[in-house]
Amino acid sequence: MSLIVDIHRSLGAFSLDAAFEAENGVTCLLGASGCGKSFTLKCIAGIEKPDSGHIELDGVVLYDSGKHINLPPQKRQVGYLFQNYALFPNMTVRQNILCGLHREKDRAEKERRLAEMLKLMQLEGLENHKPAQLSGGQQQRVALARIMVNEPRMLMLDEPFSALDAHLRDSLKIELRDMLQRYGREVLMVTHSREEAYNMSSRIAVMDKGKLLGMKDTKELFADPGSVPAAVLTGCKNIAAARKTGDHEVEVPEWGIRLQTAREVGDGLAAVGIRAHYFNTQTQQNRFPVQYVEEMEEPFEVILQFRYAGQQPESAPVWWRLSKEKRPREFPAELGIAPANILLLYS
Amino acid sequence: MSFDWYPLWNSLRIAAISCVLVFFLGIFFAYYAARLPRVIKGVLDVFLTLPMVLPPTVCGYFLLLIFGMKRPLGIFLLKFGIKFVMTWYGGVLAASVVAFPLMYRTARGAFESFDKTLAYSGQTLGLSNTYIFWRIRMPACRQGILAGTVLAFARALGEYGATSMLIGYTPGRTATISTTVYQLWRTNDEKGAMFWVLINLAISTVVLLTVNMLESRQKKAVKA
Repeated sequence: MSLIVDIHRSLGAFSLDAAFEAENGVTCLLGASGCGKSFTLKCIAGIEKPDSGHIELDGVVLYDSGKHINLPPQKRQVGYLFQNYALFPNMTVRQNILCGLHREKDRAEKERRLAEMLKLMQLEGLENHKPAQLSGGQQQRVALARIMVNEPRMLMLDEPFSALDAHLRDSLKIELRDMLQRYGREVLMVTHSREEAYNMSSRIAVMDKGKLLGMKDTKELFADPGSVPAAVLTGCKNIAAARKTGDHEVEVPEWGIRLQTAREVGDGLAAVGIRAHYFNTQTQQNRFPVQYVEEMEEPFEVILQFRYAGQQPESAPVWWRLSKEKRPREFPAELGIAPANILLLYS
Repeated sequence: MSFDWYPLWNSLRIAAISCVLVFFLGIFFAYYAARLPRVIKGVLDVFLTLPMVLPPTVCGYFLLLIFGMKRPLGIFLLKFGIKFVMTWYGGVLAASVVAFPLMYRTARGAFESFDKTLAYSGQTLGLSNTYIFWRIRMPACRQGILAGTVLAFARALGEYGATSMLIGYTPGRTATISTTVYQLWRTNDEKGAMFWVLINLAISTVVLLTVNMLESRQKKAVKA
């Protein structure tokens, strides 16, 4: 099982270049809205057409501009869960799921598979409801049931949680994650939320302004994003331009400091990133004088903003985030960061 | 002498047949126009909507220019025994041309507000485009299309200008309700004219009530 994608498209000032390979398991395309991630999914499904390139699934060519191959979506057998679930509003739950079973001609077998899927998706008793009568979570399950009975060769999820209320989201994430593990085939998911990407996927490809910036294992990407867009998308709040000054040392002119790093600094370094959680009052390394600016309270954490003593005036304050009970009574005069927590970002 | 009900029967027949024609033509053009590039769509749109804003007599004039008995197309069609001038089915042609834009525009509006992801998800499930059109797109646009059909029927029923230009008024052959009203009033039969006016009013009222009912049902459906 494998998916190979290499597509290009230019649309005015925007151009899309996405090349990646993915195998069994959940792969996530993480990017800000408008970066071309949904368009990439649509190209794989055959709903949109790139200008040129090649798409291949399990050895079957779905699209190839050179060979003039462009299979219609009906022949690609790719499951697509739309952001709004795209349930047919004029049909009941039963009729919607039967739409996914249209290839099965044997009546009894059709009913059997329908009943099986209704049970698996916990939709029993809702057969004769119209989509408008269902909750967001139920709608998502109907849409998934309709796709799963269709037995697609791979599954694509377009922002699967964006249409749900926040309190539903977390329990559905667990449900969906378990279901995807049982599915056992290639799953490609698109999201702009780093939490969803982290919760759901084993690999993440970061997309920025139509460019795919390579793919990494999820944990590895969060530990070492490697580029400024990837650092931003994984939630790094403090990013500043930096210059290599030694094999394990960088200078950050904006903050007026030099930092020791655990990782070896490569040539081409563009910036460093420090996650807001990683400042520490005890750490002796990378310890510099700081001044309190202001704060913002969250339900369980607090964001304290500060400036380094030598920080340039036009530079934005640095964020320090910590749980409320760990907050020191007085703002410390100095803060340190472990060298392992300095993210090295390349262009 | 028994009363001559021919105008009522002829009007209903013309309206019904043109309504069916316009239903399919309107949907066809609405569906394909929505997919055309913007410039071509704009030009086609103006052309297809013109009969709605032109005076009906001007439409009739154009129809005579095309299908007149001394015109090439008129002469050609006569070889097959088809003659649109001074025949009842000429009335179908006139009514269809004038009613077409109403169907076309309402259907196009309905199609444009259709959620495309419904069609896409049908395609990724492997459903045929024909199935998607008739079982998903049409039901989703049902209210708009029904409203367009009713409006087209009403317009075809009340057609006067293009009809009188193309098929004139011959009692028992081409007379419709609207041409009969004019003819009776012209010949000082005010009572007779009033009778047909009342019939026309009754039919139009029923049609408009139907449209209102459909619209309120649509609003309810949107709320649900």
